[in-house]
Amino acid sequence: MTFEIFLQQLANGISVGSLYALIAIGYTMVYGILRLINFAHGDIFMMAAYFMIFSMVNFSLPWYVSTVIVIAATILLGVVIEKVAYKPLRDASRMSIMISAIGVSFLLQNLATYLFTGVPKGFPDIPFLTKAISFGNVSLSMVTVVTPIITIILLFVVLFITNKTKIGMAMRAVSKDFETAKLMGININNVISSTFVIGSGLAAIGAILWGSKYAAVMPVMGVMPGLKCFIAAVLGGIGNTTGAVIGGFILGMAEIMLVSFIPPLTGYRDAIAFVILIIVLLIKPTGLLGEKVTDKV
Amino acid sequence: MITNKKNTLFRKLNILTVIIAIILLYLIDSDIVGNQYIKRILNLCAIYTIVSVSMNLVNGFTGLFSLGQAGFMAIGAYTVAIFTVPVELRESIFYVVPQNPVLSQIQIPFFPALLIGGLLAALVAILIGMPVLRLKSDYLAIATLGFSEIIRIIFTNIKTITNGALGINRIPAIPSLELDNFNISFGPMWSIFGIAALSVLLISLLVNSSYGRAFKAIREDDIAAQAMGISPFKHKVMSFAIGAFFAGIGGGLLASLLGTVDPKQFYFTMTYNFLLIIVLGGMGSISGTVIASFIVTAGLELLRFFDEPLTLFGVNIPIFRAGLRMVIYSILLMVLVLFFRNGLLGQKELSWNAIIGWFKNKMPSHKKSEGGAL
Repeated sequence: MTFEIFLQQLANGISVGSLYALIAIGYTMVYGILRLINFAHGDIFMMAAYFMIFSMVNFSLPWYVSTVIVIAATILLGVVIEKVAYKPLRDASRMSIMISAIGVSFLLQNLATYLFTGVPKGFPDIPFLTKAISFGNVSLSMVTVVTPIITIILLFVVLFITNKTKIGMAMRAVSKDFETAKLMGININNVISSTFVIGSGLAAIGAILWGSKYAAVMPVMGVMPGLKCFIAAVLGGIGNTTGAVIGGFILGMAEIMLVSFIPPLTGYRDAIAFVILIIVLLIKPTGLLGEKVTDKV
Repeated sequence: MITNKKNTLFRKLNILTVIIAIILLYLIDSDIVGNQYIKRILNLCAIYTIVSVSMNLVNGFTGLFSLGQAGFMAIGAYTVAIFTVPVELRESIFYVVPQNPVLSQIQIPFFPALLIGGLLAALVAILIGMPVLRLKSDYLAIATLGFSEIIRIIFTNIKTITNGALGINRIPAIPSLELDNFNISFGPMWSIFGIAALSVLLISLLVNSSYGRAFKAIREDDIAAQAMGISPFKHKVMSFAIGAFFAGIGGGLLASLLGTVDPKQFYFTMTYNFLLIIVLGGMGSISGTVIASFIVTAGLELLRFFDEPLTLFGVNIPIFRAGLRMVIYSILLMVLVLFFRNGLLGQKELSWNAIIGWFKNKMPSHKKSEGGAL
């Protein structure tokens, strides 16, 4: 392998990793507050990609207008899902609420298959993102370069919201202790909705970048990234935003490096995330940056 | 004694039900009643019963949220597929990458292969369970789901054993059991229903044994169970392995019934079907699971109506097209989870007492009897 190819793969790994990071933030925030693996998150991401196709191809809106519409529509979808499928189950057992999440994920996939058919659809071309640029002998598409930058900026935005604003303070309080936060007069439903707003918004941005990178959209496209991003969130320490981003980067790099250094193992690309998950859960279940929690009887 | 009288009546009713079931089975198996399509759906129902009951053992009775059922089914299905396909057909099935020379000479009859498949699934479950079962609720769910995906990905990649993504076809059908002396033959349906009945019986015996009580104690509170001298780890691994064994058996039967296996079949969304069944039947109710298996499997077939284009009074209704069935199916799942969380039976079992009580409640002429509700 030449040095150029190595650099190319490195850039690729960083960009895949930062896409994972964007989606992982949504998982980690929801888990931090509701203690729920939002199985539907990957499918919200998939719906966002379809929204983008609709907006740009069917309504021929320019990409910057579409981006805003898609983010808004995805946020709406995320909040509606929370209100319809998770809110009524707030007092139910964790198994029930998780089954509900699986149900939503299943429903979104089937709905997408029904509405848009299972045949992959081409993602509309955003000239700004798909144009190629080269550094010396290394040629990259713009999206590869832009993705990590956007991710880092958004990470700081999310950190600012959670650490410096009032709603962020409420989020932290709720994730520390749900019941006490409620007693202190925090409006739990608003807090939960705002985590879904942030998570779905990031998923929408992730979907636009993902679509520009891989150019094909299909109903099951959210499943694997969804699972992997949850794993990234666990790896980084669930409930921790910075951890989720670090986890995403590690996972993306691990995948791309496996494929580029050991080509015979390419078929196992999707398995590596699960292997990492199981190792993390066995060695350090709290993840890299997670806090230690003890079980109370 | 009234209770004694009642008990003998219930025993008679039980025997009567079994006899009716056997007669129905005979009529359908020998093609006197129904057709191939109905036979196939019923066989599928029975196989789903095996897998769902085993999943209920793990999820409903032991309280482990495991989503690995599809992976264990894949192990059973592939074992049957690899070992029962006649040796002379192997070359034409493994036409891209030849099969491993040792394996390609081994052919095992169906029933031993099925048993081996179940045992292999149980073995894998023990190996996976040792590390993973220390995890709790949702972490366990995602880890078991991960393992089921890893199993599937491995099967896609070990082409010399499993033929990779192409899968294995021309798996022989479940052999008929011939009784030459009496000139009777029992078709595949007898085997499937027999194995299903046996599985349900074994699991309900297990659940009502001291092990079963330990499982339920762990479900309610594993720390308290530990304080009472029950080893949660041992019992969790045991329940997980037994669940996997029956899933493997179910997978093996499925492979033989369909005649073909490929890794895509065992995608983890398959596990969602069983999840729906145990939620509908009631987590922790074996009879509920059996009923739900038949409702869901047969219901999925009936819903096929929605996938066909529909023309009413010469007007084509545009919403009826491929895919609508699954949308309705998933909406039903959501409604079930949101509004009928306890399913049909909750943690109760179906009994004659309950059925009679239920009818009494429904009869308008009777006063509503106390405690007779289902």
